[in-house]
Amino acid sequence: MKNYKTIVLSNQEISPGYYRMQILAPGYDAQARAGQFVMFRVQRSLPPLLRRPFGIFRTGFLAPDCDGMPPKEFIEIVYKVVGLGTEIMQDLHQGDQIELLGPLGRGFDLGAPDEDKILVGGGIGLVPLYMLAEKLDNKARSRLLMGGRTRDDIITVTEFERLGVETYVSTEDGSLGEEGLVTQVLERKLQKYPQATVYACGPMPMLDAVQRICANHKAPLQVSLEALMACGVGACLGCVVKGAGHSEETPRYLCTCKQGPVFNAEELDWRQLDEPQQDCGGCR
Amino acid sequence: MTEMQGQRTTSVQRPRMEVEFAGLRLRNPVMPASGTFGYGEEYSSFIDLNQLGAVVTKGLSLRPKAGNPTPRIAETTGGMLNAIGLQNVGVDAFISQKMPFLEQYHTPVIVNFFGNTAEEYAEVAARLNDVPNVAALEMNISCPNVKHGGIVFGTEPQAAYDVVSLVRERLDKPLIVKLTPNVTDIRVTAKAVEDAGADAISLINTLTGMAVDVKTRRPRLANQIGGLSGPGIRPIAVRLTHQVVQTVKLPVIGIGGIFRAMDALEFLIVGARAVQVGTANFVDPNAMSQIITDLENFCIDEGIEDINDLIGTLQL
Repeated sequence: MKNYKTIVLSNQEISPGYYRMQILAPGYDAQARAGQFVMFRVQRSLPPLLRRPFGIFRTGFLAPDCDGMPPKEFIEIVYKVVGLGTEIMQDLHQGDQIELLGPLGRGFDLGAPDEDKILVGGGIGLVPLYMLAEKLDNKARSRLLMGGRTRDDIITVTEFERLGVETYVSTEDGSLGEEGLVTQVLERKLQKYPQATVYACGPMPMLDAVQRICANHKAPLQVSLEALMACGVGACLGCVVKGAGHSEETPRYLCTCKQGPVFNAEELDWRQLDEPQQDCGGCR
Repeated sequence: MTEMQGQRTTSVQRPRMEVEFAGLRLRNPVMPASGTFGYGEEYSSFIDLNQLGAVVTKGLSLRPKAGNPTPRIAETTGGMLNAIGLQNVGVDAFISQKMPFLEQYHTPVIVNFFGNTAEEYAEVAARLNDVPNVAALEMNISCPNVKHGGIVFGTEPQAAYDVVSLVRERLDKPLIVKLTPNVTDIRVTAKAVEDAGADAISLINTLTGMAVDVKTRRPRLANQIGGLSGPGIRPIAVRLTHQVVQTVKLPVIGIGGIFRAMDALEFLIVGARAVQVGTANFVDPNAMSQIITDLENFCIDEGIEDINDLIGTLQL
């Protein structure tokens, strides 16, 4: 976990409104775990005042610019342009200076290699699932369910397929894959693989539905949450969610940034997770 | 580089950065603002707490406090609104669970606190009075977020006087009172607090504000109203600091939108003896470290041997 100035290596639009950015990031490949995030700052720019949180899509190494130099360690983030911060980000180019704080938060628990796994991603929620899929030992027993409103929201399919993960696509308008909600697909898959562990990231209504389905099937579930954040390190208490057992008398708030963004479903209070979200372009 | 070799006859004299006031001795005048630095531990992997003038904790109440529903924060142009609702672990848990961590450092610990009633204020102060390594208390009579969180005390001079007097009776440690800017004339409150026996004044707390999501037509904060902080409020904070310095004899700690050393210097020049850095910590966990370094460099560049020589040197 550190903060440093670094540079953008590339920044490309991969689907209308969705961008994939590669950032020079020494130390991340060894340290970052699937499900963790970074706080991203467009340097010397004001507004935006606050950093923006983004899930790590993947880490890796690029060949050095010159023989004999060490390879360039990078992270990739994928973001959707939804507000001021991401509008500025979409105009960044190779070599532009930014600041990166991370890797932050609690990532996914990878579980045992000999169990079935179902990954459920809605829209930009697919981002942290890629690194998760990459780290899973038994990819042949892992299935990925991708959901989105339209085909434009189904991002990085090829990358997932390249990992050897069985991939199922559904869109609400039927423009790609099965027509309907990703949760319908989840219901079927859980009937087929009743022992599966489920990992989910996406908009809150989707997570809520996923949680209900998993509870019915008694399937273990880990969810990655999005939240507005100011600090990312547990100091501002701006990103809290209500934990299981929360009540007025015994309040129990959990910091999405520090105790999450990945939670076991039973750690959360699912009755009260429908509060409005703002400006979350792939942020956790 | 070669021309430097063996030719330098004098080394740069580091300026004296230490400041003293209200019985406190700080290695430099820079400390975090309450609520932006957790209980210190949250930022300890980014910044050496031993570098700081002091650590100021999140505000503590007699009992643990849950805080407000979300959304609790909203970014605005040049600032942010927050309505955290004074979420904290409570004074007893702070003493048993959070204080031991801070005791590993030799940086004075200033504990911020608040209450719902004057008696609660006094009780929290009394409990903290018995903790040896608490250097001073900062009393929040100004938080705008919670209905009973202090707005009454901070906006009415008599109420401010009464609650500070009550706390004063129970507290031997230095007492800093943090003022709200959401009043007609802050000089009146400052005077009341001085008369009640405070040892120092810190200002400003956040300015109350509101932002609306134009699509949903709902307030962007669940609490509707929140406290505005960040660089946008700095000129207001500098003006109020100036006015209070001119009004009371007490030492003053300046707070409000400090992001860089140049910002801190404005407060020192109008007469603040120290400064608190708030929102900047969220944006850059190294902000205070950079400010301290740059303050030193400013003194070196300007030929100032002691930072105290800058304090209250506003030319009118």
